[in-house]
Amino acid sequence: MRPFVTETAAMLKLPVANVDTDQLIPARFMKEPRKPEGYGRFLLHDLIAEADMPKPEAGQTILVARRNFGCGSSREAAVYALADFGFRAVIAPSFGDIFASNCVKNGVVPATVSEADAEALLAAGNLPVTIDLEAQRIACGNVVVDFAIDPVWRTQLLKGWDDIDLTLAEADSIAAFLARDAAGRPWAAPRR
Amino acid sequence: MRGQAEIAIRDLLRHHEPDKALPAPLTLFDKLWLSHVVTERDDGLALLWIDRHFVHEGSHHAFGQIAARGAKVARPDLTFGVADHYVPTRGRGLPIPDASVARMVDQLSANTAAHGITLFGLDDARQGIVHVTGTEQGLTLPGLTVVCGDSHTSTHGAFGAYAFGIGASEVAHVLATQTLWQKKPKRMRVGVDGMIGLGITAKDIMLTVIATIGADGAAGHAIEFAGSAIRGLSMEGRMTLCNMSIEAGGRCGMVAPDETTFAYLAGRPFAPAGDVWTAAIDDWRRLPTDADAAFDREVTLDGADIAPTVTWGISPEQALPITASVPDPAGMADAVKAAATRDALDYMALAPGQKLDTIAVDRVFIGSCTNSRIEDLRAAAGVLAGKRAKVPGLVSPGSSLVKQQAEQEGLARIFTEAGLEWVESGCSMCVGMNGDMVAPGERCASTTNRNFKGRQGPGARTHLMSPAMVAAAAVTGHLTDVRRFS
Repeated sequence: MRPFVTETAAMLKLPVANVDTDQLIPARFMKEPRKPEGYGRFLLHDLIAEADMPKPEAGQTILVARRNFGCGSSREAAVYALADFGFRAVIAPSFGDIFASNCVKNGVVPATVSEADAEALLAAGNLPVTIDLEAQRIACGNVVVDFAIDPVWRTQLLKGWDDIDLTLAEADSIAAFLARDAAGRPWAAPRR
Repeated sequence: MRGQAEIAIRDLLRHHEPDKALPAPLTLFDKLWLSHVVTERDDGLALLWIDRHFVHEGSHHAFGQIAARGAKVARPDLTFGVADHYVPTRGRGLPIPDASVARMVDQLSANTAAHGITLFGLDDARQGIVHVTGTEQGLTLPGLTVVCGDSHTSTHGAFGAYAFGIGASEVAHVLATQTLWQKKPKRMRVGVDGMIGLGITAKDIMLTVIATIGADGAAGHAIEFAGSAIRGLSMEGRMTLCNMSIEAGGRCGMVAPDETTFAYLAGRPFAPAGDVWTAAIDDWRRLPTDADAAFDREVTLDGADIAPTVTWGISPEQALPITASVPDPAGMADAVKAAATRDALDYMALAPGQKLDTIAVDRVFIGSCTNSRIEDLRAAAGVLAGKRAKVPGLVSPGSSLVKQQAEQEGLARIFTEAGLEWVESGCSMCVGMNGDMVAPGERCASTTNRNFKGRQGPGARTHLMSPAMVAAAAVTGHLTDVRRFS
């Protein structure tokens, strides 16, 4: 996974609350293999067909929206659609938990800001935005706001860790757990 | 409460936390968490052991990820496959006409066969929606961790398990290691006390909870549902409740195991038996939250205040009692909320102030992991018996075994005689992946979990409600207070 330090780019402003994962990528497109074309072409497919809805444009890599962004299904394809389009950070007052976790696995920063700061960013001019993960700060012209992110996720994004490698190094802890667990929960295995 | 039960749970947990003094007292969630920690890092991230992992057709991204690493499935014995998301609900046994759907189903069969994973596939009598089949087979037990690449995995929390949905990268991680790195969520108690009224179901309770706390109200929290109204629910009702925890933003939902849980599980195919069953019950009795354990957040509702509830908008939080009217954005002080309301009314083609029980529907759907179990079908059939539906509709039972039982009980006949279509089991019209969709602009009364824009098909308008309320809407052709029928 590519580490994230800072990103400066154009921002997609989506003044919508509860943008769910079905809107990020409608279910009917998920039968398509991700490779080689990527899911970027399906991003927000039906939502942006609506009148007055801003459309993602090439060069935009940061997205700001209203509360509860990425709620709904666990489909990681929602993040694939964002990442394949080129998005590297999403900013909102709150996120669907599974979506935010999926973002981190794909090197996309879920940046939590206050409702007021989200509104300020949505109202900011069409200037480039800089998101600094180390400093947890977003700057767009004279709008400068801090954002929150879980410290564990922040480190993971800064370093670009691979979870599976991290876990395979814990083989001894897992073996020790299983030895304790066999004694503690003899009923836990499915009956065969 | 702080007596023997607490000492006993400490014995159980001591196997896992030999070096640590246990904080007192503990919630159900604390106990589930502590008993699964393999190791914990200084930053608080814990590696958790996963007891059950369900995969479905949508899990192909994750199988692809482990294939790319050359990894094997670590514990095929704890992994179970179910074909549900894409399966056709008609023409079972015939070749699947849609080539891309056929590919998804075949890919699951190939991936599970290659790794030695038990599959409840299309030709298996136990096939069904993963959250119905998994629980009816006795695979989900109190005290377990259960994951699946599906947000409604929270359903399994009804048994007193820590059950949560994960994304494809996490599915790959569980396949490769049978563990997951997790941050401990905060603990939230949703208490529903008092007597719920006649005709009020778990669905009405949950829609009311979501409307009260918001669709992100439980974000970052593990919800425990408690209180006398919850204790009185059947396992089916508890599954409906926990299922929609995700619609409240919760990481998971759970209900403490009790005699209702044990009675449901006894004799299920994969549940423990004999001496192991006796030992299990003994341990499971120690799982409920200790009397004075603290939660990070508590919300309490009075069961007597809950009415049959329907959604009117495009988020599950946009729900109201059937006796209410469509909200008017003009009267809202909060500009963002007013904008969201206008957007919802525009999409749903509703006028402010319109009485909810005058909204005409074009079709109905009874199914999904939320409300498709035998009790749900009985409730809907109870309203439909001897009547004709005014609109077309689809009834898709939660599993092939539920289908069989409903046919034996005569419920299937009630549905077909009412003019509804009785089909095979799968996710069907809840998510529309298999082609069962609501047409653009059509309005559907649905027992499902999400009323998002386009969820049941592009331009589809969804109203969420209980199975009995959907049946009532079918009979009258508009949203209807089911209490009129009782």
